[in-house]
Amino acid sequence: MMSHLLQRVGGTLLTVFGVLLLTFLLVHLVPGDPVEVMLGESASGADRAALRADLGLDRPLPVQFAVYLGKLARGDFGVSIYGHVPITQLLAERVPATARLAFLSLSLALLVGVPLGIAAALRQRQWPDRVATLSALTLSAMPHFWLGPLLMLVFALWLGWLPVSGMESSASIVLPALTLACGLTAILTRMTRTSLLEVLGEDFVRTARAKGLPEKTVILRHALRAALLPVITIVGLQLGSLLAGAVITETVFGWEGVGRLLVESIEKRDYPVTQACVLVIALTYVLVNLLTDVLYSRIDPRIRFAA
Amino acid sequence: MRLPLAIVLFWTAVALVTPLLGLAPDDIHLENILASPDAHAWLGYDDLGRDILSRLLTGASVSLTVAVAVTLFTLTFGTLLGLLGGYFGGWPDRLLMHVTDVFLAFPGILLAIAFAAVLGPGLDNLILALCMTSWVGYARLTRAQALSLRNRQHVLAARSLGASTTRILLRHMLPLLAAPLLVELTFSIASLIIAEASLSFLGLGIQAPHASWGAMLRDGVRYLLVAPHYVLAVGLSLMSLVLAVNVLGDHLRDTWDVKTQKAGHD
Repeated sequence: MMSHLLQRVGGTLLTVFGVLLLTFLLVHLVPGDPVEVMLGESASGADRAALRADLGLDRPLPVQFAVYLGKLARGDFGVSIYGHVPITQLLAERVPATARLAFLSLSLALLVGVPLGIAAALRQRQWPDRVATLSALTLSAMPHFWLGPLLMLVFALWLGWLPVSGMESSASIVLPALTLACGLTAILTRMTRTSLLEVLGEDFVRTARAKGLPEKTVILRHALRAALLPVITIVGLQLGSLLAGAVITETVFGWEGVGRLLVESIEKRDYPVTQACVLVIALTYVLVNLLTDVLYSRIDPRIRFAA
Repeated sequence: MRLPLAIVLFWTAVALVTPLLGLAPDDIHLENILASPDAHAWLGYDDLGRDILSRLLTGASVSLTVAVAVTLFTLTFGTLLGLLGGYFGGWPDRLLMHVTDVFLAFPGILLAIAFAAVLGPGLDNLILALCMTSWVGYARLTRAQALSLRNRQHVLAARSLGASTTRILLRHMLPLLAAPLLVELTFSIASLIIAEASLSFLGLGIQAPHASWGAMLRDGVRYLLVAPHYVLAVGLSLMSLVLAVNVLGDHLRDTWDVKTQKAGHD
């Protein structure tokens, strides 16, 4: 198991290096002179030279990359072009908002999706199953920038139960969280259903039933524990699309998180901030996937006891 | 299967015919700002008094053009890389896998957003940004299949008969990849339609005054209070197309019994 873990960590480090390289190269993809694009035509020569030196664009590419990595290692993401604020500070202001949003939508999705999936599996081809399948299909065709406004229309404008957007009241989080949670719930329902149906056909479930255990114990103690393992992996993978989805959802609802910061920085052509946001989201995703994998191998006895 | 097929065919026909209709999606009628549907404009007018239906149809055309253009490029490029990697193996293959790993480390359309942001707005850059990110799915799929195909009996037979590598790849392996690739292609069209709309929604894709579904949704959200029919019309159109394409994809997958991993692009 240790070698499995080491291999996984090694692979992750390689990926992280690639992510850093690609994010670093982003600024060099800007057509023409990035300094000119960022500052606009009215900027003075001195301002341009200062920014060029600040970003290290006058040095050879490998040196720039080494400097970039060195700064990141010290937790220094650089300084924003607008307002000259340290980007670390900007992120510190925005990350908690996105984290709250992600946590709430993930919890919502788990609380609804898993029970719904169990119900669908136990009542295969009956109405809970059909509802689950149909809603999963529909929600997969509803991007956040369409579902969000729809929820806004119904719950904020027509029913007037919740605030339209912003972050003023504590109820403001409900609509963006719902927007993010819907798609995830659909996926979790599908996964739980498929996984539980597979497990219910296994020998150990038949044995449990043959021992005369009550059906409730068979499902809850024996089948469900095995069935939820692949669901853990899906949750890890889906957290990524949750974070990516937050970019759009936060924009729709004016939620001041990392996603909104990313879009604002793009609008202002503040590329160092864009770079930092992309990096933070991607690295969080990589890390969560690694953790999921480790957790999985700790829980699954087939991996835990292997070699 | 008739209804999803009909919906896809309908939007394809719209995309093909709209440019020939001589609509005026960009014509501004200030006296009609956010007016409700009438006999001339069945879906009403937008915030500049433009006919929403004309813009909706033009948007469909843009959306499908982008999806088809990106698909043609990424299918060719991704499949070629995957075939070569899977067939030859060795360090180029390992490099290919590492590169795809890095691309997959950026969740959803995050990387496309980043590319579109630095490349600048506009139709060309939008297509470029989506091309740069969506070849990965085809490369991974083809590579995995090629890996298992290269030691099949008929491939070994062709090789021992002295067939050239090109011939083996194109005539003996590619035809067996057609089914899974077509399933992947269907799902990828659906996610490209969403991706194009997402980028345009964020202001990174098609620019004003040109019509696109994403940009229309953004304007629609702004005037949700006064003209809810605006958002509803565009959203429902987009949803019907994506849903129909996905259902077709599911159907193809079940019919051909193909196991695919849906690549995340939402």
